[in-house]
Amino acid sequence: MTALEPISELKLEGITKRFPGVLACDDISLQVRRGEVLALVGENGAGKTTLMNIIMGLYQPDSGTISVNGEPVHFRAPGDAYARGIGMVHQHFMLVPNMTVAENLALGLKELHHFMNLDIKGAAKRIREVSERYELPVNPDAYIWQLSVGEQQRVELVKTLCLGARLLILDEPTSALTPQETDDLIERLQRMASELAIIFISHKLNEVKALSNRVSILRHGAVVFNGQTANHESSELAALMTGHDVVLPRNEGSGPQGEPLLSVRNLCVRGDRGNLVLDGFNLELRAGEILGMAGVSGNGQREFADALAGLRPVESGQMLFEDKDLANRTPREIIQAGMGYVPEDRQTEGIVPSFSVKDNLILKDFAEPRFSKMAFLRRKAIDSNAEMLKERFDIRCPSTSTATGSLSGGNIQKVILAREISREPKALVAVYPTRGIDMGAQEFIHEQLLARRREGVGILLISEELEEVMNLSDRIAVIYKGKILKVLPAVEATRERLGILMAGLADPDSPGDAPVATQAGVAHE
Amino acid sequence: MSAGLMLYNVLCLAVPFSVALLLAALGENFNQRAGVFNLGCDGIMCMGAFLGFMVPFAMKATPWAAYGNFLGLGAAMAVGAAMGIVFALVTVTFRASQGIAGIGLQMLGWGLAGTLFRHFVGGVTGVEGMAAIAIPGLSKIPFLGGVLFNHNALTYTALLLVPACWFLLYKTPWGLKVRAVGTHPRAADTMGIRVDLIRYQALMLGGAMAGLAGAYLSLCQAKMFSDDLVAGRGFIAVALVYFGRWSPLGILGGALLFSIAQSFQLSMQVWGIKFPYEFAVMLPYVLVIVVLALARKARQLGPTDLGKPYNREMRF
Repeated sequence: MTALEPISELKLEGITKRFPGVLACDDISLQVRRGEVLALVGENGAGKTTLMNIIMGLYQPDSGTISVNGEPVHFRAPGDAYARGIGMVHQHFMLVPNMTVAENLALGLKELHHFMNLDIKGAAKRIREVSERYELPVNPDAYIWQLSVGEQQRVELVKTLCLGARLLILDEPTSALTPQETDDLIERLQRMASELAIIFISHKLNEVKALSNRVSILRHGAVVFNGQTANHESSELAALMTGHDVVLPRNEGSGPQGEPLLSVRNLCVRGDRGNLVLDGFNLELRAGEILGMAGVSGNGQREFADALAGLRPVESGQMLFEDKDLANRTPREIIQAGMGYVPEDRQTEGIVPSFSVKDNLILKDFAEPRFSKMAFLRRKAIDSNAEMLKERFDIRCPSTSTATGSLSGGNIQKVILAREISREPKALVAVYPTRGIDMGAQEFIHEQLLARRREGVGILLISEELEEVMNLSDRIAVIYKGKILKVLPAVEATRERLGILMAGLADPDSPGDAPVATQAGVAHE
Repeated sequence: MSAGLMLYNVLCLAVPFSVALLLAALGENFNQRAGVFNLGCDGIMCMGAFLGFMVPFAMKATPWAAYGNFLGLGAAMAVGAAMGIVFALVTVTFRASQGIAGIGLQMLGWGLAGTLFRHFVGGVTGVEGMAAIAIPGLSKIPFLGGVLFNHNALTYTALLLVPACWFLLYKTPWGLKVRAVGTHPRAADTMGIRVDLIRYQALMLGGAMAGLAGAYLSLCQAKMFSDDLVAGRGFIAVALVYFGRWSPLGILGGALLFSIAQSFQLSMQVWGIKFPYEFAVMLPYVLVIVVLALARKARQLGPTDLGKPYNREMRF
């Protein structure tokens, strides 16, 4: 598929788009040229994705013009945008999971569609050409559901290029990737940038600094800043993005080391495929500390969190919480024991998306006398509880009756955190609490976690963001293949040392410390 | 009677029994692959059965009586396709709940067919129907000949449609679009595929096949029409699609299993085996429920957006 002429410039002027009750894009003007990477940054809900969907013709703008190479265009569907050489990699991958890579590409390549005959070999050939040219290894015959998230990302890139796009829109391409996959992607994009134009949407400023030439900042649907990336510091960009200075809080250490709160001994848990994902897992959490669990995702974090929340059966082993074994208890019993839980998948496990904010805030307590009386809900108490928490946790929603699923990721996370923290748990498990969340909300969540720590709550923070783990933790446990490889005080942790441990290699700073033999969680003293 | 002969009898009956289920389920499979489950399948079969019967019945005394059966099948497919389009209008364009709309369509088809029958025909009347065509040579093969090669033309067509539907789904551009639209419509949309159009087409094809399945019942199996001729086969067809994991071959297996159970219970009555006949009649239905309940869930392969209307401007 060749475009009319290679795209050399895309220009947006005065784009405005309203959704019911929201002004998603407010008179936005942007420009991007070939050979250039434009970073578009802004908090969740700032209108970035809406704007890109307008460029692709998925949404129609209420007003404003788009022009390609100086010529006004009007896209009614993504096919029109592709015809002019513009392609988008969506944050949520646009790949059909039960089809192969080649079939996914063939969907969009009309010239492979013959009567009663689909030229799937032609699609595979095209994929091989593009993946060699741009050094993006991809197997055309693999089914999408078999691929890791990082591989799917590459498939999306290859697919978009195969469709003839020479201006790529990447919508938060790193939000689901592990740190290693992210570095890999940034490196590949840097190589590709010279012959393409890229619009890179992100709120991770280190990635923006690493990749982009120019940066535009969106806030509440309007462009508030345009500039050369190199001339501005990350902190300056963060302040512009959120509207105030952002200083991610740190754990200042010290404080009394509390009593042991939770000790996990020899835990064995099976994964979805029936194999032992946790095998002899040991961990100890004390009151008044944040224990960070670092590790590449997929090493048993999810299964551990599930078991701890009572959502997954425990094969063997103990989870002693104040001397009461919580293994194989129901979620209700675990909640009543005083455990708080911020789940990994906030949309499906953390909230009921179609429920209002106020109803989600009482999901765990609706049966308490505070909120119900003789099988009837006490609406007034529920309303005032919601108003109070909305204030205290800075939940930004049109009203507490809004469907929670329509809020931005950061605000959904605040709803969950508000519910969990207001219940005053003794221990709190937070799984990837800031994944895909913008700086402003991240700052707030970190402050909340630190405040709870000072109040004596034991917090287990499972994360793959090393910055986050190192900033917040008192101690850091590294998980690898279902075991805790090592527990070290946060002051001794460096990025390099954690990176090596996360890869499952022996700890360089303590010679003779063979990882497998480490009886971690017990031996850390 | 020897066990071999008993098996032969059961299988000889089971193959023609399976045809209506097979045709309807293969059609329903296109609907579901495109993301729409059409519970109205049963109602479409009723209308197909009625028209399949009515057209040759009305043409009996005319000089064109020889074409009656053929035109009956055509009319059944046409009315099926039309009802498919009506269903598409309600569920795809107006995004009504598919379950409720399907029940509505089922009742419409069932009631309309019965009413029209009473208005135009009335009592019990037969038609000549379609005769069996023994395939020369092949039908003489011992055992297999009788089981497979001594049926009417529609039976052969249905069996040949199994590989044909497989080919259409997996090897043609249209099949690719159908699968994409039912699994991840937004992805299909971003690739320039008109989701609504494909769903309309799939529902039309599925409807036509359900109509044909109904006509088979009246023209080939019963050679007459009555209100309760279809007897819930449309719902069994919907269940068979799940049972067959959305693959034509799996659907064939399910249709045969159900029909064998059915012809087995009929044979048992004929053989005079002492067994409460009500339980025997239940057998095939119980079998479907048990197998559906125990079947392993293969989530990756099915149309995961089944039952959800697609709205491009929906934000979540």
